[in-house]
Amino acid sequence: MIPAAFDYYRPDTIQDALALLQTHGDDARVMAGGHSLIPMMKLRMAEVPHLIDLQAIADLRGITVDGATVRIGAMVTQHDIIQSADLARAAPILREAALQIADPQVRYMGTLGGNVANGDPGNDMPGLMQCLGAEFILTGPDGTRTIAAREFFEAAYMTARAEDEILTAVTFAAMTGGYAYEKQKRKIGDYATAAAAVLLTKEGGRCATASIAMTNLSDVPVWSQAAAETLVGTDCNPDAIKAAMAAMDGDIDPGADNRGPVAFKRHAAGIVLSRAIARAWSRA
Amino acid sequence: MSKKMQITLTVNGEVQELLAEPRELLIHVLRERLNLTGAHIGCETSHCGACTVTMDGKSVKSCTVFAAQANGASITTIEGLSTPDNLHVLQNAFREHHGLQCGFCTPGMITRAAQLLADNPTPTEEEVRFGMAGNLCRCTGYQNIVTSVLAAATEMSAAREAAE
Repeated sequence: MIPAAFDYYRPDTIQDALALLQTHGDDARVMAGGHSLIPMMKLRMAEVPHLIDLQAIADLRGITVDGATVRIGAMVTQHDIIQSADLARAAPILREAALQIADPQVRYMGTLGGNVANGDPGNDMPGLMQCLGAEFILTGPDGTRTIAAREFFEAAYMTARAEDEILTAVTFAAMTGGYAYEKQKRKIGDYATAAAAVLLTKEGGRCATASIAMTNLSDVPVWSQAAAETLVGTDCNPDAIKAAMAAMDGDIDPGADNRGPVAFKRHAAGIVLSRAIARAWSRA
Repeated sequence: MSKKMQITLTVNGEVQELLAEPRELLIHVLRERLNLTGAHIGCETSHCGACTVTMDGKSVKSCTVFAAQANGASITTIEGLSTPDNLHVLQNAFREHHGLQCGFCTPGMITRAAQLLADNPTPTEEEVRFGMAGNLCRCTGYQNIVTSVLAAATEMSAAREAAE
């Protein structure tokens, strides 16, 4: 499997990468780790006459935890996330999720920026970023703007990023309370049949706040405010979890594919959510 | 066809300069231009790990890395781990513990295991299974591969202690 021919660029700065995007327009794409794009190019499902490799741009790297604010450069890999002691303290749910993505070789190459900017419903980080209430920083010819993860995903592979913009970093508030990322997959390296990200806080034995997002159960990640609201004020007992599962079920819209029919996807979604809530509660 | 580009790779310690089209994959450059046929092409879709090599201290599937991406990098393949007369500890362990049958996955397995042990010299069985999860074997059922990696880790640790 050989991709169609292309010209290769490795700019050193974001400005140089943006200039290449301006020059080549629709014929150009930026590449992070390449582990979604290269397979598509090899299958000739993607043709990229001008490929802009972002690996040399130092400004796209680095994890910083500044007080309660976490900033992760777009080119930070899943491996970097797993290795980061700062992140393990400020947002341990990221490590828990990253460990469930693909396999070691892919995690050395796959990046947070690529995982969210690609807009693949099967990717794990988009839902997790919605759960965290993260913001994405986009840089384009007219400067930099910020967009909420909960507003970024429009349809499968369609996002609010304009063609001439680069997603440069992700920011979110350091988390507090309990957390869990629960993923059901057929085998190592597969996308989720269903996955759930849960954050919650506990006060006086009751759930004070909750945030729930589901992965690969719609064209876009599903941040289920309804499911989270059913938990608040409860002690996350089995009935409360069942109510959250029912609320979540109203928000997802899975399609049948070789991971199973719709009824099975809904069943799996309920199971991963119930496990994630129970684990998050036990850690709160 | 796009223009060929000058690519410099340090492969198994030797600097290699070559002209390649940007679309050429690292595995093709290693196998077809440098005649390093140890890394195999299995699935070609970044699942099986038969093409695993080490790139700047990272295990990568060389079927999913463009040679252009690797330009400037240091690459180690299975050929760089040993000589035929002086096998790597991992190679001996795979032989001793029946860590291979048909052998197709073995170069990728051993190259990955070498990086795993570089990152974590004393892994538990669970850590070996998790760390080797990107390499598929259709013969062994994995048990003997895990046994081989653990045996090599023990031997390498003993050798380090003896040296100290």
